[in-house]
Amino acid sequence: MAWVNAIIQGILTGGLYALFACGLSLMFGVMKVVNLAYGDLAVVAGYIGVGVIAATHMPFLWAIPIVVVIMAALGYVLQRTLLQAALRRGELITLIVTFGLSIVIENGLLQFFSANGKGLGVNQSFVTASFSIGSQITIAWLDVIIFALAVVVLLGLQYYLSSTKYGRLIRAVADDREAAQLSGADYRHVFGIAAAIAFGTVALAGMAYGTTTVLYPTTGTDTILLIAFATVVIGGLGSLWGTLLGGIVLGVAQQVGAQINISYELLAGYLIFLVVLIVRPQGLTARRIQS
Amino acid sequence: MSAVTDATVRSGGDVRVTRSRRNVAWTGIGALVVVAIFAYLPYVVYAGTTGILVQAFIVLTLASMWNLLAGYAGLVSVGQQAFLGLGAYFVLIPNMHGVSAFAALPIAAIGAGIVAIPLWWLVSRLRTGYFAIATWVLATAIMLLIERFQSIGGGTGMSLSGLDWANKALLSAATYWAGLAVTVLAIGTVYFLLRGRLGLVLTAIRDDETAARSSGARVGLARMLVFVVAAIGCGAAGGVLAIQQLQVVPGTSGGVFSVQWTAYMAFATIIGGLGTIEGPIVGTIVYMVLKQTLQSYNAWYLIILGLVAIAITLFARRGLWGLLDEKFNIKLFPVGYYLWAPGESRRRRRNGTASPETPAKASVTS
Repeated sequence: MAWVNAIIQGILTGGLYALFACGLSLMFGVMKVVNLAYGDLAVVAGYIGVGVIAATHMPFLWAIPIVVVIMAALGYVLQRTLLQAALRRGELITLIVTFGLSIVIENGLLQFFSANGKGLGVNQSFVTASFSIGSQITIAWLDVIIFALAVVVLLGLQYYLSSTKYGRLIRAVADDREAAQLSGADYRHVFGIAAAIAFGTVALAGMAYGTTTVLYPTTGTDTILLIAFATVVIGGLGSLWGTLLGGIVLGVAQQVGAQINISYELLAGYLIFLVVLIVRPQGLTARRIQS
Repeated sequence: MSAVTDATVRSGGDVRVTRSRRNVAWTGIGALVVVAIFAYLPYVVYAGTTGILVQAFIVLTLASMWNLLAGYAGLVSVGQQAFLGLGAYFVLIPNMHGVSAFAALPIAAIGAGIVAIPLWWLVSRLRTGYFAIATWVLATAIMLLIERFQSIGGGTGMSLSGLDWANKALLSAATYWAGLAVTVLAIGTVYFLLRGRLGLVLTAIRDDETAARSSGARVGLARMLVFVVAAIGCGAAGGVLAIQQLQVVPGTSGGVFSVQWTAYMAFATIIGGLGTIEGPIVGTIVYMVLKQTLQSYNAWYLIILGLVAIAITLFARRGLWGLLDEKFNIKLFPVGYYLWAPGESRRRRRNGTASPETPAKASVTS
């Protein structure tokens, strides 16, 4: 029974991981860019959430849309300025710039908000509310809500990219930037919109993670970026639903590892990542290696 | 005189090819003198100063390796702390079995290099951004794995034994010389690798990978060699770090597996000049000066370093050394070739009679 419990908890954790990963996947898919500051931006979103709640005393749920809007605006601005400037100079430059940004954000948070963790201060009854199946399996409502949120976000992205005019424009730019440009689309603006959407999901990820645990300045690189990346690689590069599958595989691996020995939790996740890298480097869903 | 030269140019006389515009012998002698001065320093300065210099040597070695990876092979690794940490542990483990920490330094270097080979097989199929994060994940996985072994200190680390020398000054001097030796070897290795066949292959890949491949350049092998050499250098630096700290502490914040090490090496390289051997040297000086002046302001020096690195990456790609080189055309470590027009001589050029803009000046640098 303990194993069934581990698998169920793992699947639910996978929802959170998919939420971590979908923005990374989207930015890579559209701009062909790996943003190394990605995890730190999720932490920034969490810190903004803490700030918004502290300043306005509004309920946690109300703060979420505000943080999403702030982060989306930040995403658009950052894409049009720093990231666009880096992109124009090539992939290597973009990597170095986003790595620099990651270190600057992390140490900035450390400098201004100390190394102490920040919690979103969500009502404890909300965090611990749970229901039981049988005598051994207890499922937290929060985990279910986050999983549902991840599914809704993925469905929304799927619908947006395939069925709306702007979503199709984003895909057109992702497929062939020059051709889209010739047809009158300003790819820089489209990139900005894509970044805004990605940052919106980053905000959701940061807030969701902030309800389950305390955020530290180093959480972004230690945990979120690496897990998001492992999720994307396991699921398959550039596939939205692959991120959910990847998240679930990673989550289950971690929970099963933790079931063997609590200290194996993280290691088990990374080992699965390595196994996928060896056996199926294109990921579980992708058809070919992205080059 | 000039009429004669013009005539030879037109008649298409022999073109000479040298490594540098200036005489390399002088820079060679200069390098020897600099190394000799550095080697003599422990006799004249306090241990505190040599301690700071050991830090500089570690960062310089790391930066030279990162420069080889990112600046010459196009491999942006964010996981070099893996090899730094492995080097530290490859000093610790023989040390626990009675080997002197200093004698274990070659083991650290070679051990890190050996581990790099299977790791290369794992990450080599990933490109740029994915390569970067995959190396980072690997570094974290290696740390988590090492922390599982309680016999080598688990998650808290372990002290090196046999370093409680009675003569503290001698210990710090020995540490200093070990650091200096590792740094000189690292820069020397990079220089001679880039002068040789590997340098040519890497330049060809940088200019056009497909063309290089189709011309028979062994692209994968060249990159693997760079990855392994960089691992060896970082391993040696990790060994020196362990000796300087008298202990090995794992962990991502402040420990040997901290990604901040990659931040140091990357920022030093970028600020000094990515893709030049001189760049890491200049960058390390900037890094140390910033660190020493801002050390009482906690995280500020990393914030400033990061911002400067971003600005330089965007606006002065070849870094501070690139700016100097552009202005004065100096190369301390010439790895390219210089083409001399027939009849052109060093003396003439030095006197400034020939305009630097003459077509004869075809500098094939890498």
